[in-house]
Amino acid sequence: MKRLDRNQMAARVARDIPEGAYVNLGIGLPTLVANHIPKDREVILHSENGVLGIGPRPAPGEEDPDLIDAGKNPVTLRPGGAFFHHADSFAMIRGGHIDICILGAFQVSQTGDLANWHTGEPDAIPAVGGAMDLVSGAKQVFVMMEHLTKKGESKIVPRCTYPLTGLRCVTRIYTDLAVIDVHRHGLQLVEILAEGLSFEELQRLTGVPLGFRAAA
Amino acid sequence: MINKIAASPAAALADVPDGATILIGGFGNAGMPAELIDALIAQGAKELTVVSNNAGNGDTGLAALIAAKRVRRILCSFPRQVDSWHFDRAWHAGEIELELVPQGTLAERIRAGGAGIGAFYTPTAFGTRLAEGKETRRIGDRDYVLEYPIRGDYALIAADRADRWGNLTYRKTARNFGPVMAMAARVTVAQVREVVELGAIDPEHVVTPGIFVHRVVRVDRLRKAA
Repeated sequence: MKRLDRNQMAARVARDIPEGAYVNLGIGLPTLVANHIPKDREVILHSENGVLGIGPRPAPGEEDPDLIDAGKNPVTLRPGGAFFHHADSFAMIRGGHIDICILGAFQVSQTGDLANWHTGEPDAIPAVGGAMDLVSGAKQVFVMMEHLTKKGESKIVPRCTYPLTGLRCVTRIYTDLAVIDVHRHGLQLVEILAEGLSFEELQRLTGVPLGFRAAA
Repeated sequence: MINKIAASPAAALADVPDGATILIGGFGNAGMPAELIDALIAQGAKELTVVSNNAGNGDTGLAALIAAKRVRRILCSFPRQVDSWHFDRAWHAGEIELELVPQGTLAERIRAGGAGIGAFYTPTAFGTRLAEGKETRRIGDRDYVLEYPIRGDYALIAADRADRWGNLTYRKTARNFGPVMAMAARVTVAQVREVVELGAIDPEHVVTPGIFVHRVVRVDRLRKAA
């Protein structure tokens, strides 16, 4: 079996982002998705710190400390971009104006519960940022994560054991092995991504039932 | 003649008492009113409650205020960062109390504080640890959490341009929490890059009208990497 690397995962997610979509990319792995959106497809990237229309990273020496994304990395603004304050930015998020948000995760449950902000360790300083707002308001919530933990345990679980970010909020999961949709009645395999991986093997690794859908 | 321009950061913050609640603008270092915070450290007020998105970055601004042990309690959404070592130390030492608030709820609680709203229901955080003990309500087909407004005794914000009436414009993503914090404090102090003549800011471009701003200080900022 050949797993997807991070850039291949990002390219696969980017394929599903349509022209005209307003998209919020979470920090970490999801930021890679921006690099794989075709140049001729107009997708408007939102960042919760008050910007629509984020462009590519600035050239070295061109960074502006007043122009950053949610990960506090320097960015550029595309023609047509806009700035706004935090309450407006979260009105866009909570008010259902963002089409897709893409987040990393520790765990996703079979009903779409998400855990991605806290490991639950008592000594860990908690930090939530905008994740709970994003999952409560975006029209679609995509999770992008490795299928298994470093110990080989499935990150798709019957019930999240880490503290929750949101209930029944994830709509689709992209891993280095597969694309899986979250429906009200459970999970449904959309596509196997890892070369040489059978449905049976994926099901064995996943630990919760993946209603198999024959190739569309 | 109305003139909200203060002579210096020190003059603008001379009356901050111990125990005050201070709203501090900025997202990381973008929009962080570092010169006002330096003046607050020099002024000496302690036992402060601070409301800010992060809990300081590096060794300047809010991080320096925490390092100086002036902050008793902080409300923020994202304290833990690679460069939040002063907060991390204070938190592990039990010197600082943390109320973690989801970022959109933080912004809306401040907005509500400024807008005279008594409380509001938000779907954010329903069913999570951050809603534990809070009143909830089902409205239509969704569950909501009741959240209360945040008001400050002072708001310290960074803007780009101001006039003597306190009208403000901002620069790029340094705007972030500035406009809502300006609304929600008894005394709002803005540090700005430039003070211009009354009327020089196009009224269509005023982002924070001067009614929300009480004191303005011009500071010379050196551009430095975030």
